[in-house]
Amino acid sequence: MVNEVVDHGRRRFLTVTTSVVGGVGVVAAAVPFIKSWEPSARARAAGAPVTVDISKIEPGQKLTVAWRSLPVFIVNRSKAQLDALPGVDGRLADPKSDRVSAGQQPAYAQNETRSIKPEWLVVIGICTHLGCVPDFVPKVGAEPFDPDWRGGFYCPCHKSRYDMAGRVFAGVPAPKNLEVPKYHFVDDHTIQIGVDPKEAG
Amino acid sequence: MATVFSRLGAWFTERAPGLAPVYRKHVTEYYAPKNFNLWYYFGSLALLVLVNQILTGIFLTMNYKTSAAEAFDSVEYIMRDVEWGWLIRYMHSTGASLFFVVVFLHMFRGLMYGSYQKPRELVWILGMLIFLVLMAEAFMGYVLPWGNMSFWGAKVIISLFGTIPVIGGSLVEWIMGDYLPADATLNRFFALHVIALPLVLLLLVVLHLAALHEVGSNNPDGVDVKHGPKGSRWGADKPADGIPFHPYYTVKDLSGVGFFLIVAAFIVFFEPTFGGWFLEHDNFVPANNLATPLHIKPVWYFTPFYAILRMVPSFFGTAIWGVIGMFGAIALLFLMPWIDAGKVRSIRYRGTGFKVALGLFVLSFFGLALVGMGVTAEAIPAWFPHADVTVWENLFGRLMALLYFGYFLFLGLYTRLGWETTKPVPERVTTHD
Repeated sequence: MVNEVVDHGRRRFLTVTTSVVGGVGVVAAAVPFIKSWEPSARARAAGAPVTVDISKIEPGQKLTVAWRSLPVFIVNRSKAQLDALPGVDGRLADPKSDRVSAGQQPAYAQNETRSIKPEWLVVIGICTHLGCVPDFVPKVGAEPFDPDWRGGFYCPCHKSRYDMAGRVFAGVPAPKNLEVPKYHFVDDHTIQIGVDPKEAG
Repeated sequence: MATVFSRLGAWFTERAPGLAPVYRKHVTEYYAPKNFNLWYYFGSLALLVLVNQILTGIFLTMNYKTSAAEAFDSVEYIMRDVEWGWLIRYMHSTGASLFFVVVFLHMFRGLMYGSYQKPRELVWILGMLIFLVLMAEAFMGYVLPWGNMSFWGAKVIISLFGTIPVIGGSLVEWIMGDYLPADATLNRFFALHVIALPLVLLLLVVLHLAALHEVGSNNPDGVDVKHGPKGSRWGADKPADGIPFHPYYTVKDLSGVGFFLIVAAFIVFFEPTFGGWFLEHDNFVPANNLATPLHIKPVWYFTPFYAILRMVPSFFGTAIWGVIGMFGAIALLFLMPWIDAGKVRSIRYRGTGFKVALGLFVLSFFGLALVGMGVTAEAIPAWFPHADVTVWENLFGRLMALLYFGYFLFLGLYTRLGWETTKPVPERVTTHD
C-alpha cells in the first residue's frame, strides 16, 4: 500500500455525508408511498353538488340525502320545534355558534336557527365526536338519555346530544355543533347542497 | 435408519455448525423454573392461536374478495358455498377473540408475578408492542367483512385521529383514502391485515422470545433460578431449580393445548358468534354509510379502552382528551417496569396494598368493559326506570376509569414512599425437594 496512514477525519466525513445523502434519498422515496394513501382523483371527483326536492317533507319530518357520500339531514321544523329552541340555550355548549363552533356553518347560517329559512334545517348528519350518524329524535318528552328532552339528535355511539338546530349539549363527548354544509334555495321547494347562494347567484 | 438420520445431522452440522447450539439454547437446554403453574400456559397458547390465525387466514384469502362491492357477499359465499368454509372462517373469528383472552391472561400473569420488573423490562416492552400490533391487526380484520359494524367501527376508530389538532382532518382522509371508509380503505386494510402487520407480529414474537431466553423466565415465586443455586442432573453448572423446556414444558403445554382446544372447538361448533360478542349481530348486515347501527360498540376486547374514550368529556372545543385517555391507558402499561419501584416481584411476597390495588385494577377493567359493551346502558333503566341513564352511567364509568388510572399512581407512590411491607422472599423456588 502506498498510503499507509488512515485519515480518520476524512473517513468520518465520507461516512456522514454518504449517510445523509442516502437518508434524503430514503425520505424522498417514501413520499410516493405516503401520497398514494391520499384520496384518489376518482374519490375527489365524486364530490359534486346534489339537488333535492323538498316539497314532500312534512313539518316535523327529516329527509337524509347523500352528498360526497356523507349523510345530509334536511328537516322541516314545525312551529313547536322552532319555539322550543331558545328554551334549551342554557344547556348547550355554544348556543350562538360563535365560539368553538364558529367554523361549523357558513356565515348565512350563523343565526338563531342555524339556517337560511327558519323552518328548513340542513346539517351534515355526522357527529362531531367520532363521525357516527346521530338518530333523529323529534318527539318532545322524557327519553332514557335525557328526562327533559325537547327534540333533536341523539348519537347512539357515544351518547352525544344535539338540539333541533344541531347545537351540541354541554357535557357530552362531542365538542362542536353539527356542521351546516354550503347550500342554497334554487326555488321554494328545491335546494342544492354544495353550492353557496352567492356562487349560485 | 438411525445411520441415515445421524448422517443427515452430520451433513447439516458440517455446513451450519451454529444450528444445533441455537436449538439447544432455546429448546432442549433452556432451563425454565420448575414451579410454573396454570398461569404459565397462556404464552404457549398465544403462539398456538397465532399459528391458527395465520393458517386459517391464508385459506380465507383464497375466497375473499377485496372490494367494497364484493367483500360482504364473498364472506357469505365462504360461509355457505365453500366446502368447509364456515369452519375455517369460524376458526379465524373465534381465534381472534381467544387470542385476546389468552393475551389478557398472559399480561395479568406478568402483573401478578412482577414479570415486567428488572431484568425483564425488554421482554415486557416487546410484549406490549405485540399487544399493540395485535389490536391494530384485530381492528383491521374486523373491517374486512364490510358489514355495517365493520364500516362504523372503522369510521369511529379512524376518526380518533381526527381529534388531533391542526392535522387531524387531513390525517383522517389520508388513512381512509376517501371522505368516508370506502373501497380504498378496505383494500389498504386488507394489505396491512394479511401481510404487513403479520410480518411485524412474527418478528416481534421472535424478539419477545429471544429477549426472554436471554434473561430467563420469571416464576410464581419471583426468584431468579438463573442466579440461584447450581447443580442438577443435567449438569453441575445448570440451575438447581430449572428444568429443560423440552421435553418437560412442551409436554406440560400440550395438556394445556388439549384443554384449550376443547373449549375452542365447543365455541366454533356451538356458539361461533358467542351471543353477538365474538361476531356482532349488526355485522351480518351489509355496510351502509347512511345508517349507524343502533348500538355501535366494538368487539369485547376493545371495550375497556373504548369506555375510557366515552367517559372523558370534551372541553376547550376538542374531543382529544378521550383519545389521550384511551391511548394513555395502554401507554401506562408500557411504563410498568418504571412505575413499580418495588424490589419484590411476586404477589406471594408483596404487601397487602399491592394485592388490593391489583384486585381493584382487574375490577375496573371488567367495570369499564361493562360500560363499553353497553351493559350498563341497558341495566340502569331496567333496574331504575326513573334514573337518568347518562348521569349514572357516566358516574359509574368515570369511577372505574379513575380506579384504572389510580392503580398506576398508587403503585408508584406505594413503592417509593415506603408504604409497602413485603414478606421475606425465599432463596429458591418453594417447590424444590
